[in-house]
Amino acid sequence: MSAAPEKAAYEPVFTGDRLKELEAIMARYPTKRAALLPALWMVQQARGWISEEAMVEVAEILDLTPAYVKGVVTFYTMYHQHPVGKHFIQVCTTTPCNLCGAEDVLAAFLKHTGCEELGATSPDGKYTVVEVECLGACGFATAVLIGDDFLENVTAEKVPEILKRYQ
Amino acid sequence: MGYPHPPHPKETVVLSQYFGDPEARTYEGWKKRGGYTALEQALSMAPGEIIEIVKESGLRGRGGAGFPTGLKWSFMPKEKTKPHYLCCNADESEPGTFKDREIMRWTPHALIEGCAIAQYAIQAEVTYIYIRGEFTEPLAIMQQALEEAYRHGILGKDAMGKKGLRLDMYIHRGAGAYICGEETALMNSIEGRRGNPRIKPPFPAAYGVFGMPTTINNVETLAAVPHIINRGAAWYKSLSLSSPKSTGTKLFSVCGHVRKPGNYEVTMGFPLGELIYDLCGGMREGRKLKACIPGGSSVPILNREETESCLLDYEGCIEKGTMLGSGGVIVFDDSADMVYQIMRLARFYAHESCAQCTQCREGTAWTVRILQRILAGEGEMKDLDLLLELAEQMTGKTICVLSDSCAAPVVSGIKKFRDEFEAYIKGARRPVTALA
Ligand SMILES: Cc1cc2nc3c(=O)[nH]c(=O)nc-3n(C[C@H](O)[C@H](O)[C@H](O)COP(=O)(O)O)c2cc1C
Ligand code: SF4
Ligand code: FES
Repeated sequence: MSAAPEKAAYEPVFTGDRLKELEAIMARYPTKRAALLPALWMVQQARGWISEEAMVEVAEILDLTPAYVKGVVTFYTMYHQHPVGKHFIQVCTTTPCNLCGAEDVLAAFLKHTGCEELGATSPDGKYTVVEVECLGACGFATAVLIGDDFLENVTAEKVPEILKRYQ
Repeated sequence: MGYPHPPHPKETVVLSQYFGDPEARTYEGWKKRGGYTALEQALSMAPGEIIEIVKESGLRGRGGAGFPTGLKWSFMPKEKTKPHYLCCNADESEPGTFKDREIMRWTPHALIEGCAIAQYAIQAEVTYIYIRGEFTEPLAIMQQALEEAYRHGILGKDAMGKKGLRLDMYIHRGAGAYICGEETALMNSIEGRRGNPRIKPPFPAAYGVFGMPTTINNVETLAAVPHIINRGAAWYKSLSLSSPKSTGTKLFSVCGHVRKPGNYEVTMGFPLGELIYDLCGGMREGRKLKACIPGGSSVPILNREETESCLLDYEGCIEKGTMLGSGGVIVFDDSADMVYQIMRLARFYAHESCAQCTQCREGTAWTVRILQRILAGEGEMKDLDLLLELAEQMTGKTICVLSDSCAAPVVSGIKKFRDEFEAYIKGARRPVTALA
């Protein structure tokens, strides 16, 4: 009789140095709850996204309920609730960028990454392209965020060249 | 200065003097440029004296509302019975505004110095600098500068060598939500909650972050403070074409259809027309100015005549039926489709509504739907009245003013560019379907 394949055990994010770092962050605030946003950032940096199990782990450390943590995760658009491509591409299309051709830039990213649609990951797993609201750099339209790299003055023509740097 | 452009002779460069100069970013570089002398001076005064100087300078909040800064600080309890907090609002997400980003990128120590002075003046032990999550570069630069400031004894225990004075300053990173720029939403976000604005009163000076007395100020407001301490309130007041109501210099972030977008620093009262035509190099070849939003996307749109005759200060903007807001100047030339762009702005607000208030949640969504219907060539004349009625329902009735902000460009847009809306309705313009 063959056993059903076991689900990989969840490996906690907050052990060793990372736990120490979180404890140092907790000391900056009078409540444990206040360390929630920083803790979620740490999870995302370590794992690329925030799973339900990670939410439970964070909830336990900060004395919150998993439902509460989920409520906060879902409020903030930068927290990923699903795995995303290796390079997460955020293209601003709000009015100031829009006036300068942001929608063409977005279309170029979709085309050259092979992403079928907004929010979908390319078949090779390399890219996810999303449309975002104002990135706070409107004088350098079009503003694009790839991972942690903030790109300015992006035009549709520059997109293939840019993507060569993100393989 | 209009970074990345060289300073224009008509600018009055105070806050932006070192934009583009990477050496000014470091602690040593900042000291060489006169950094932290204002803090030293401030610490030799009584907190109340500093508040008086800031009051006297006429400095008003640069985050949007223009509330007098010294007066705001004076609302903090004088008798300390509980911890006090300072929050620095670096959430900068108002479309058209990108000045705080430049202050943090080039002069992080100017912001730290301004925060430290304010923190001492309101007797707060901790400052939280709330930086929007997307600002990866300013975040890294600010983190480094804070480390330096701690290392050199500017912050921490016995700050600036003053026995018993403890100044702590921490960065709190946002995670993508425009609404967290609203002061009470920002405090909730620091507390580890969803960023929903709170009902006021109670006001932050009585019940702020963690329920304690709190002052919240914008980055540009705080960065102006060291200059006021160094050079005096009278000097600051004199930097204006319209003193005493609007004083000092202001950074105007100019974007959209101008040749040289960037941050330009001019004195209050500077003519908007000159800013666009002289400093920003005017319109692109063969293009004419059509419209302008002078104070970030939340304020009413001006037409060409109004733009060319508007003076950039709190009163001058009100005279033209708009507001100075955050100083984010969005310029539209005659190639812009006002209906489409207004829809795009409404979509921004619909996306960013925190959904607590029915008028805002439903109103922003319906505004987008009706505008998209008009753009698709399926609108009717009565849709314009419907939009105006909806806007009326969205104004002055909600917990915060995000709802009003969505209504402002719609109402002013229909009033000033009605022919463009009618062209879609009458079939005189080719329908467009919006992305998404
Ligand atoms: C929806 C909304 C968004 C806001 N966003 C910002 C912001 O990104 N940055 C900011 O400084 N102020 C913002 N404000 C204004 C703040 O609530 C607050 O008035 C300001 O930070 C106070 O600082 P000041 O007095 O120095 O201007 C926003 C207000 C609202 C209603
Ligand atoms: S007006 Fe809109 S954003 Fe402001 S509290 Fe109400 S629902 Fe939230
Ligand atoms: S509109 Fe794109 S960065 Fe502001």
